[in-house]
Amino acid sequence: MKHYEVEILDAKTKDKLCFLDKVEPNATIGEIKSMFHKSHPQWYPARQSIRLDPKGKSLKDEDVLQHLPVGTTATFYFRDLGAQISWVTVFLTEYTGPLVIYLMFYFRVPFIYAPKYDFTTSKHWVVHLACMCHSFHYMKRLLETLFVHRFSHGTMPLRNIFKNCTYYWGFAAWMAYYINHPLYTPPIYGEQQIRLALIIFLFCQIGNFSIHIALRNLRPPGSKTRKIPYPTKNPFTWIFLLVSCPNYTYELGSWLGFTVMTQCLPVAFFTMVGFIQMTVWAKGKHRSYLKEFRDYPPLRSPILPFVL
Amino acid sequence: MASSEEDGTVEEKENNNKKRSKSALATAWLTFYNIAMTAGWLVLAIAMMRFYIQKGTHKGLYRSIARTLKFFQTFALVEVGHCAIGIVRTSVIVTGVQVCSRIFMVWFITNSIRQIQNEESVILFLVVWTVTEITRYSYYTFNLLHHLPYFIKWARYNLFIVLYPLGVIGELLTIYAALPFVRRSGMYSMRLPNKYNVSFDYYYCLIVVMLSYIPRKEHFQ
Repeated sequence: MKHYEVEILDAKTKDKLCFLDKVEPNATIGEIKSMFHKSHPQWYPARQSIRLDPKGKSLKDEDVLQHLPVGTTATFYFRDLGAQISWVTVFLTEYTGPLVIYLMFYFRVPFIYAPKYDFTTSKHWVVHLACMCHSFHYMKRLLETLFVHRFSHGTMPLRNIFKNCTYYWGFAAWMAYYINHPLYTPPIYGEQQIRLALIIFLFCQIGNFSIHIALRNLRPPGSKTRKIPYPTKNPFTWIFLLVSCPNYTYELGSWLGFTVMTQCLPVAFFTMVGFIQMTVWAKGKHRSYLKEFRDYPPLRSPILPFVL
Repeated sequence: MASSEEDGTVEEKENNNKKRSKSALATAWLTFYNIAMTAGWLVLAIAMMRFYIQKGTHKGLYRSIARTLKFFQTFALVEVGHCAIGIVRTSVIVTGVQVCSRIFMVWFITNSIRQIQNEESVILFLVVWTVTEITRYSYYTFNLLHHLPYFIKWARYNLFIVLYPLGVIGELLTIYAALPFVRRSGMYSMRLPNKYNVSFDYYYCLIVVMLSYIPRKEHFQ
């Protein structure tokens, strides 16, 4: 068996950072990253970007050395992606915040509202309902992060956690402040409005969960394969006929429900900002589906059936 | 075969012509726009000088030029469009922030809070803006005509060293002077309870705006 020699150069300075000899031809990039990590312990594999060309795309961990367009002395270029943090850690942190923060406002912890209201409860039952819905939503997200989602990338740049937490925690505090305020005004159309909103909210929560399960089942454990999602026996997944990213569609629906339930402008803002971001993501995902699969169903839109 | 090849080259020439004529159109529009804005701010400068020479005081000066100022400063919004469609190579966000900060100053401070219109700080930032804009728009005009006098180039890159801090001082002092009137009148503010379940305090918003002058790097443009 002919062995390869691998040299790794810095993509910017072209300095020779590492030389590996007697590398197996069937070694993967992931294994090469581990070997590189041994000689440079500060660059753990998750923060290494290895490419064939200094300005080219990163090679995947699964790529095999002998299948790459390299000679028996392979030259790779390395770029430091910066400190990385795992997706699971980010999700757990950014979702626990809103859960805890909202409850602090709900229980009217001191220093938020006037002292005479400390630890009192709202007299409107919709406020209690809203707290249950909000808490349920984030508990669901936390449990999905731990038990349902299968992530394609293990990590993301560290600075994302500050950006993401500011967004989630900040909006949670802003919404919770008004919903749990002693001067909160309940919905104009009363019980009718609240009931309709609750139905929409629950419907979309179940829908969103169904989609997450369906996406999980597309992917065997520990794999990073990508397949076209199709409707299953669960009626909540039939929306796949019309939409590429129905998880986002249902998420939008949930927050619209919550907006109607609380009749609170900050919630409407949060829903709108989330919708814009999810649309950007959905369009990107839809585009990569179209690029990767030639037989991708043409009837599907990224996030809103026929519209967007 | 031959005819489709010919069609191909004819089409290519048409596309090239379209590209060339589009950028000629863009250049023509930008030249017209920059000349018009230079003229507009010159008119403002002259009106301000005339008022001061004739009346000997700055009191009432803002009111006399308010309409012209509002027109030309608001029209500058099209510059965001220029960046968005790509005929000007600047970031949409940077231009957007700059123009919005001017619009805010004109419409949400000076125009709507009458009691501060005779403050000296207003005259200060008006003078700074006028000099800055005349320099900036004439610089762009001459650039588009490929005939840039050294004086204009020097002015654009050197005057801002003095003008920028003076402008900041003028704007900040004006907002600061407006604070008590905003508080007393409760303008642009919304209190609880209301059916939207939201509140907004313009007074605290202005304080945040004043603080935001600190990390402003887009002024260096």
